[in-house]
This record gives sequence, structure tokens and C-alpha cells, in this order.
Amino acid sequence: MPFALSADRERALREILTRYPTKMGACIPVLHLCQDQNGWISEEVIEYVAHTLDLPLSHVQGVVTFYTLFNQKPVGKHQVWVCRTLPCALRGAGPVLEHCEKRLGIHAGETTADGKVTLRTAECLASCGTAPMMQVDKEYFENLTLEKVDEILDRLTR
Amino acid sequence: MIKPVNYLSKVYGIKNGWSLEVYEREVQGYQAARKALRMTPAQVVDEAKKMNIRGRGGAGFPMGIKWSFMKPHPTKPAYLVINADEGEPGTHKDRTLMEWNPHAVVEGCIIGCYGIGAHVAYIYVRDELHLSKERLWGAIKEAKAKGYLGKNPFGTDYPVEVYVHTGAGAYICGEETSLLNSLEGRRGEPRLKPPFPAQAGAFGCPTTVNNLETIAMVPAALLMGGDAYSQLSALHHLRDGGSRLYGINGHVKNPKVVELAVGVTLRELIYDIGGGVTGDRPLLAVIPGGSSTPVLRADEVVNAPDEKAPLHPWHGQSVLDVPLGVDTMRGLGTMLGTCCATVLAEGTCPVLAMENLMQFYRHESCGQCTPCREGGAWLFRTVTKILDNKANMQELDNLHDIANNIMGNTICAFGEGTAMPALGFLQKFRKDFEAYVRGERTRATATLIPGVSP
Repeated sequence: MPFALSADRERALREILTRYPTKMGACIPVLHLCQDQNGWISEEVIEYVAHTLDLPLSHVQGVVTFYTLFNQKPVGKHQVWVCRTLPCALRGAGPVLEHCEKRLGIHAGETTADGKVTLRTAECLASCGTAPMMQVDKEYFENLTLEKVDEILDRLTR
Repeated sequence: MIKPVNYLSKVYGIKNGWSLEVYEREVQGYQAARKALRMTPAQVVDEAKKMNIRGRGGAGFPMGIKWSFMKPHPTKPAYLVINADEGEPGTHKDRTLMEWNPHAVVEGCIIGCYGIGAHVAYIYVRDELHLSKERLWGAIKEAKAKGYLGKNPFGTDYPVEVYVHTGAGAYICGEETSLLNSLEGRRGEPRLKPPFPAQAGAFGCPTTVNNLETIAMVPAALLMGGDAYSQLSALHHLRDGGSRLYGINGHVKNPKVVELAVGVTLRELIYDIGGGVTGDRPLLAVIPGGSSTPVLRADEVVNAPDEKAPLHPWHGQSVLDVPLGVDTMRGLGTMLGTCCATVLAEGTCPVLAMENLMQFYRHESCGQCTPCREGGAWLFRTVTKILDNKANMQELDNLHDIANNIMGNTICAFGEGTAMPALGFLQKFRKDFEAYVRGERTRATATLIPGVSP
């Protein structure tokens, strides 16, 4: 089934187009808009974006594969990213990640069997002063302890 | 020399500190933009030169001089692009600005646009920073509603629009030409320079790319006068002026971001600002300004016998007692970078730290240039082998060769950003690497969290 944006998002798309001198400029924001609705960037989404912005399919495909945050396959309802890079690692990112893996019963990069949580590692989220930290969907959780991690995961998996 | 200032941080922590109301009440918000729009663009650029603001994104290029490169084009518009793609491990200052003082960014954009002859500014923010984006859009909306942005800002006929543009998770997009490609809707692969952005930048038009903190500093500096602002710095004589945000993270008791006049030493930053090393352990090393700036050992001493060398006044002293500045850190063989220091306590395994960083660089290489794409992966694999006691001495030397062959052989500075920290760790902690090769140490006992877990 061909992909289409909801009426609200369609309006947002029109507004985005006014910000750039070229249609291509809207490519990344529009892909975000689509992913927001669809959860991931499917073939249909790529076709839709290419068609809407007059871009070759290969261009949109190239953009999607370049950026880490575009999901190229379906993901869980919630996204959990644990920052693993040095400043966080110095303050306990390793134990936080291990704890998440144990609690969720999956490895980083996987989704729980019930489809609720996808666990991933992140490369530096600009939160080094409040390490260790993790991002859950659009929210930052900082200065983590394992107890705090438990509370957060409890809420997600309930 | 610690001299606290609060041009950018005064509104931090105040209720609704990010709102227009607080910005206007607490720090004379938008008075500088009013002042700028009554000057000529050339006067604004001249004043900007006097500020001696060295780019706060890492390269340390003088902001005013960058602005002066912009020449009007007969047919093409000009653009101002703000780099808020903060993603270098160890760097955490810009996010505080966007979350707490977004109006300083918007006001800086108005002044910057006017100075360089642009009517549109794009603020390029990492997509991960959802709160930052929300606050920036909120500030833009508030400023627009008041008539500070749009067709006639402050009743003048100099239209200015500011937009937030987001990436989608790629550290390389902090590199200015890669950022421009990403802004244009392409893969974030760096471009060859020349042409420089001032000639052909965003959408093929003349463009200035400034770091977010750099542009946010402009309103306060303009209000107090460029020269007076520059003289706040202890390194004014080196044309490294004013104040900046300092970050401290890693093994310190109180990791944080603070605003201070330029010229603070690493010792002051670690012990007075950061509260000292976690668990009162001895200091092993410090990465001065983001993971691509080569590490400094705590026991290093300044070697500058030449009286003309900028570091001569500190000859024979500890590197921890040199003021943090663009040129002083260069003199130490490292870089000031983003001025956010990562502290490693005694007991931290430097080989493990290097492996962590090499994993980052391998993951974030855009893949365009072979030396960076292959070399970065090779560095990571080899350091992993060393940690697993599977490498020989020859491979330890190979690491130097690989890193040296990345340097200078790539389109952008990401290659150096990978090779320099690798060489730094290798040269300064050679004995630790050798201990793994000889099997005297194993990964099982290596740690990044010495003593008790936080």
C-alpha cells in the first residue's frame, strides 16, 4: 500500500518546504516526519519522499542509509539508547548497559519479544557532564544509577 | 585565573529562564540587536573583530575575520549557518545554551545576519536534542511575535528569518562542509575546500558557519564593546578574547558547565571548578577539549626554552598550570577544542580508553576517504587485539604508521581527529600498551572506573 502522511503532517510538510530555497533541503526533515508516523523508513516511505520532493529514489535511499537515526527496519514501541562513549563510560555506562541487557533479556541492537523496547548504544549524546545517561524516545535521563534505570524500564515494560 | 562571568549563564536555573521575558529583564535582551541594526554592517564586523572571539566549536578561528570574508554576490543570497551539532565525546556546553538561553542564540543570529549580509539563518541542531529544538523554536516564535524577527525587525527594513534544521545522527555533520551537505538534504559527506563556504556554502551561496556558543556570545560582547569584552581574557594579548563556557567531566566530583573569562588553567578547572578527582585519587591524564584533542599526562612539564615561544612564561611548569587558550594548547601539542575537559583518574586503563574512542571514530567515519574509513577500523581492531593479548610489538608500531598515514590524507579533519588522539595515547602511555603485548596485563583487570563504581 502506498504511503501517505496524515493531514496534520501534510500541513507540516508544506510549512517545512517554505524554509528552504530547494525542495531537496526538506529531505531530512520530511524523512523525520514520515518516520514519526510510520516508525521506520520503508520502501514506500522512500518512494513517497522521492516523489514529493522530486528527488531520485537513489538519493533518498542514500540519505536514509547515511544517518544513524533513520530506522531501516521496524523497531520497538520505545527506543532506549545508552550512551557508551568515553565520558559516560568513565562514570558507569558499562554497568548501566549490562543492567539494561539483563533486565530486558536482549542485547544492544535488539528488540524485546513483545515489541515494546528496542535497546541500542549511542555515540555521545552531549550529556558528558551528567553521565551516565540514556535517552528514552525523546527524553534524556541523566546522572543514572541502577535504581533509576530500573524505574525507567519498569515504566516502559509495564 | 578564575574569573566567573555570567553573560550567557545568568538566566540558567531561573524560572522560565529561556523565555523572552526573562531574557529581556535579566540581561538587556535584544538591546544589542537594536544597537547593531543602527550601525552599518561594516561597523558590526569591525566591532566583531575587536571581540577576538576565537571560534568556540574547536578550530579556534577568529570569528570577526571569518565574518569579513563575506562579500556580497551580485545574484546569490548569503546565509548564516549555526553549528549546534554538538557530538564530540566530552563536549556538553552548547546543549546548556540551547536549553537555557536560546534567545542569546536568536539575537546573535540577527546581529550575525546583518553583519555578513544574510537574511536567513539556519541553526543546525542534532536531532537527538529534542528539548534544545523545542526551546530554540520557542524562542524564534516569541521573537517573531514581538517583531524582532521577520520582515521588519525592530521596525527596520532588514528582514531576518531564523530556522532550526536537524540532522539525523551523524557526528561528521559537525564538520562545516558536511553540515552544509546535510542542510541541503544530502548525505553528510564533507566537501573539498576550496571553495570555502564564504564563496560557495549553503545551496551554492556565500555562507558563514559559526559555532552556537560563538554566535550566542555576540550580543553581550557587542553591548559592552568589542575591545572591553576581549580584555576580560587573560590571553587578550594572544588575540584570544573574552569569556567562554568551560566543561569538566569524567573522573571529577562535580562535573559541570561554567562560564568564566578565558585563561583558566586545567588545574583550576579540575580541582576548583570540578571539585577534584573522584575518590581523591591522583590524576592520571586529561583530555583538554573533546576526544579529538590529544591527551595530556598529569606529570608532563612545559618545554619552551625559546623566549619567543608563546609558552615560554610557563617553561618548566606543569602543563596543568598553563591557561587554557587556543594558542597555548597548540603550544602543548594538543588543542583547546571545545574547552570541555575529560578527566582520567589514576587506575584508568589508557588502552581501554583508546579502544573506546577508536570505536567511536570507526563508527562515525563517513566512509568517503579510504585512509579514514579503513584506517579508523584498523586502529580499532588493532587496539582490541592488544587488549586481548593477541598482538605483537610489530603491531604496536603499525598503529603509529596507520595513524600517521591517515593524517593529512583525507578531505576533512575527521582523519586527524581520529589519528591525533590515537597517537597521543600511544606516545604517552607506551608502557601500558607494551604490558598488554607482553601479557603482563589482561582485559579482565582493565577498567575505566577505578576504585568504587559511582
